[in-house]
Parts: sequence; C-alpha cells; structure tokens
Amino acid sequence: MERPATAVAGASLDVADVSHGYTYEDKPLPVIDRVSLRVEPGEFVALLGPSGCGKSTLLRLVAGLEPPNAGTLRADEAPITGPDPSRVVVFQDPTLFPWRTVWRNASLGLEAQGLLKTQRHRVDAALKLVGLDGFASAYPHQLSGGMAQRAALARALVNDPRLLILDEPLGKLDSLTRLTMQSELVALWQRSRATVLLVTHDVEEALILATRVIVFSPRPARIVEELRVDLDYPRHRDAPDFVALRKRILDKLGVG
Amino acid sequence: MAGDGIAGAAAADSTAAVLAAERPRDAALPLWKTGIVAGLLWIGAGAVTWLWPDDPDLDLIRTGLFAWLQAIVGAAILVSVVTERAWPSLTAWIRPRGPWLLVLPVLLVVWQIVTAKTLTLPRPFFVAPQALVEVYTDDYARLGESVFRSFILLAYGYAIGAVIGFVTGVSIGWSRNAGYWVHPVLRLIGPLPATAWLPIAFFAFPTSFSASVFLVALATAFPVTVLTWSGVASVNPAYYDVARTLGAKAWFLVLRVSIPAALPHLFVGLFMGLGASFSVLVVAEMMGVKAGLGWYLQWAQGWAAYANVYAALAIMAIGCSSLITLLFKVRDHLLAWQKGMVKW
Repeated sequence: MERPATAVAGASLDVADVSHGYTYEDKPLPVIDRVSLRVEPGEFVALLGPSGCGKSTLLRLVAGLEPPNAGTLRADEAPITGPDPSRVVVFQDPTLFPWRTVWRNASLGLEAQGLLKTQRHRVDAALKLVGLDGFASAYPHQLSGGMAQRAALARALVNDPRLLILDEPLGKLDSLTRLTMQSELVALWQRSRATVLLVTHDVEEALILATRVIVFSPRPARIVEELRVDLDYPRHRDAPDFVALRKRILDKLGVG
Repeated sequence: MAGDGIAGAAAADSTAAVLAAERPRDAALPLWKTGIVAGLLWIGAGAVTWLWPDDPDLDLIRTGLFAWLQAIVGAAILVSVVTERAWPSLTAWIRPRGPWLLVLPVLLVVWQIVTAKTLTLPRPFFVAPQALVEVYTDDYARLGESVFRSFILLAYGYAIGAVIGFVTGVSIGWSRNAGYWVHPVLRLIGPLPATAWLPIAFFAFPTSFSASVFLVALATAFPVTVLTWSGVASVNPAYYDVARTLGAKAWFLVLRVSIPAALPHLFVGLFMGLGASFSVLVVAEMMGVKAGLGWYLQWAQGWAAYANVYAALAIMAIGCSSLITLLFKVRDHLLAWQKGMVKW
C-alpha cells in the first residue's frame, strides 16, 4: 500500500506436477491430479471449475497450509514449506475473530509477526482502503456480510502480500455487493500490483477480474483449458469479445 | 403546558429540544401508587410487630428493633415515591421491584403471627424473624469470623482449582500427548464427588485447612478442565488457518486464538466449579475444619439454636449469590463481543 511505485510487488508461482488427495472411508480420494502451472509476477489468475473440484485444496497447498502428496510448489523460486505472511488467503467465509474488533482483526498479521507496535498506521491505511475506517471499533457480529468480507480483505492487505490468494471471497455476498466488490478488487490489484490467485466457480467473475483463466475438470482437478483475457479494464459483460470468451469457457465446462 | 411545548419546539435549538423532550416525560410519569401502598404495608408490618405482644413463653429481645427496621423500610419507600420523579435512575431501579416490595411485608407479618405472636408453628424448628435479627445483633463477632474463614478457604481452593483446571484443559485440548496421558485419569477421577476424598484428605494433609483447600480445588478443577478442554477442542479450525497464513506461531495460536475462542466455555466451567466448590466447602467445614459457616451451622444445630442456623443460611445464600453475580459481571465484561448471553 505504501510501497514505492517502482518496486516489483508480485511474486511468481510455480506449481509442478502436483497431486493431492485425502482418504475417505478408508479409500483414497484423489482431489488434484498432476496439475502444473506458472503464474508470472503481477498476474491476476482465476482458477475456474465446478464446485468441489479441488480448486480450494490447490489454494491450501499454495498457502502452505498442507504439503502436497506429490509434486512441488515454489513461490519466487523458493519451495513452499509452510504458511508465510507474504502469501495471504482470503477465505469464502470472512472468519473474523468474533472477540476482536474490526481494527484488532485487521491488525492480526502484524501482531503475530511482532510488528504491531511500530506499524499501527498500516492497519489504519488498510481499513481506509476497504472503506471501513469508520467501523474500526465495531465487532464482527455488528457487520453486514459485505463489510465482514471487506474487513477480511483488510486483514490480508495489511501484510502487503506479494501473492494474494482469494478463495471465492465474494461467493456468499448478494449480487449487488458482489459487483461493487469486483471492481474494488480490480482497483486494489492494479494499485498493489501483487500477484492474485482467485478461485471461483463464476465464469463472469473470472472474466471480469482476471488476466488469465484456468479451467479445471471435475474432481480430481486437472487443467482442461487455459486462456488469456486480453480485455481492457473496466470490462463490460455485453462486449462481443467478453461474450465469446464466456461461451468458450462454458463449452469447456460442458454447459454451453 | 401545551403553549410551552409549542414555544419550545419553535425555539428549535438543541437545548430547547432536549428540554421539550424531557418535560412531557415528567408530566407523563404517573404517581407511583404501588410505592405508596408498599410503604404503608411495611409501616403496618412494623406496627403489628410492635403493638401485638409476643407470646409470653418466648423471650424475644429484638422485637422492637425489628418493628423499627420494617417501619424504616416503609418510610424509605414513601420518601422514594416523592423523590424518584426528580431522579430517573431511582425510578428505573425501584419501580420494577414494586410487586416484591408489596408482597414481602405481608409475608413478614404472616411469619411474625404464626411464630412470635401465636406459636402456631412448632418450636424450636420454626423461629420468629426477630430471633434472626437477634442473632445478627448479638452474635455478629462469631458469625463475622465464620464468614471470613469460609471466604479465605473458598478463595484459596477455588483459585487453585480454577488455575489448574484451566491449564489442564488448555493442554489436553491443544496437545495430543497431554490428552493421551491426562484424559484417562480425568475420566476415572473426575466424576468422583470431591467429598468422597474427605477421609483420605484429612488423613493425608498436615492441617484440616490444607485438606479442605485441596477438596475445594478438586471440586472446582474438574468442571473447569472439562469445559476449557471442550472449548479449545471446538474452536473453528479455520481460525487457525487464518492465523497461520498471517504468520502466527504456535504460542500465538494458543494464547490469541484458542484461549479467547474458548472463553465462553471456560466461564460455564467456572460457574459450575463455583457451585461445586460451595457444596464441598460446607461439607468440609462440617466434617473437619473448626471454623467457617459450615462449622457454625453444625455448632448451632448442636445447641438446637435454629435461629442461628437460619441466620447463617441467609448469609450463605447472600454470599454465594453475590459471588456468582460477580463471576457473571466479569464474564459480561470479558465477553462483551457475544450476542444473546444468559443473564444472571
């Protein structure tokens, strides 16, 4: 947020031949099947696929919350061995801590890293950025769904993430709030120039936001299509190019 | 009045608006008739106590004081009827209590008549209210010391039990190893009533005081442990994911995620532990300790001094209830972020 404009903000991400799965009722349940992809610094990549296909699991691996069963993940060429505040996840549920005010939720990352005493202004700046500066002392149960998700976004942005991982962050919002938040996400990404990885099952959302869309098969997730979205922001849902891309993706998903 | 209201509204500045808003409230507040009746009933109860002579078989020396106490309560209520209109916080406090203030003097008079005045109820189990007053005025030194001794014993036992329960609960909720070793012990020993340890405790500890502290601590620790543990175990795992991606290390997860998330459960445990500690405290004092309210009860009963028994019970009730109120106040303060809490 207060980074000099010349710095390279985004991290690169390499996913090489990653497979992952769980056991369910004593049987192996493959979730991700040999996925490889590379994300360049500053890209906004949408991972699109049917619900439950394993996209969110891939995000957990990228975040370092779990190690993969096979394959390697690298951020900025360094292997991902555990969670790191440079790669922050915004989950589908805001998962704010109900016992903390909005401000104290947003400051969580700095507090955990022992930076809060010297860096309090970063919390204020992040809350201002998401438009919650008037609600710093509110408790989560006093917030609407959209405000709670903004607070979760502020909690992530405070850490100046180089890789922002968004796991259907707008999935539970009403459609109007969603539209507003989509344009805000684009603005945030353009300002911070972080790399963004967005999981969604909404084709339009992927096309509105991302520079590249990666389409996954149903579980176990495999990449079935990858397409660049060379459209200028802000994008319009009824532009002919947009409609053509949407049709192509829907065909790939088998619902065209 | 109507003219004033319109003039006030026309002035339309903030002070005037406030005054205009308050004036109709005062005017609308009707006279507190329940208060007048209640005040007169209390004074009447005092009069009955004073004017109707006690049964000559009884030797009650505090009848006059008791009559005066009731009359003073009545007078205080009548004074409130006059002053509450200028004192909104008094109104808010006293008016909801009106029905109780009405019924209590009636009950006191009935109690007075069936005991002191007519001896309808058998002695010595039923005692007159002024006999309780007598205990407080004439035996306050012994009673006061008993309260103090009980409180010290409870404070030690409860504090030790709560701390041990909390630490144990967090450890077994957090560490698989601690769970493996402590859980079976807890399952076996925990449900055993703490009083079952009485014979061993008084034998094994150097003093009856330390034995009683041990028993109270034991009774407190079990519910606190189980509920802290269940609180830690039921923390939404997504909270840990969030904290970990933000750079939290293990200690941060325990202190800043598990424990605050488990606080609502912890307070249920502290509440249950407090209840259990009261009962163990009294039993321990009756069985071994030569001081405290439990001992006082036992001692008074030995002399068939039932007025002293009731007086001690009343103090115990007020003491226990106050401690639970205090615990709930602390909880309300710490858990202000929660919606829809149980009120005490």
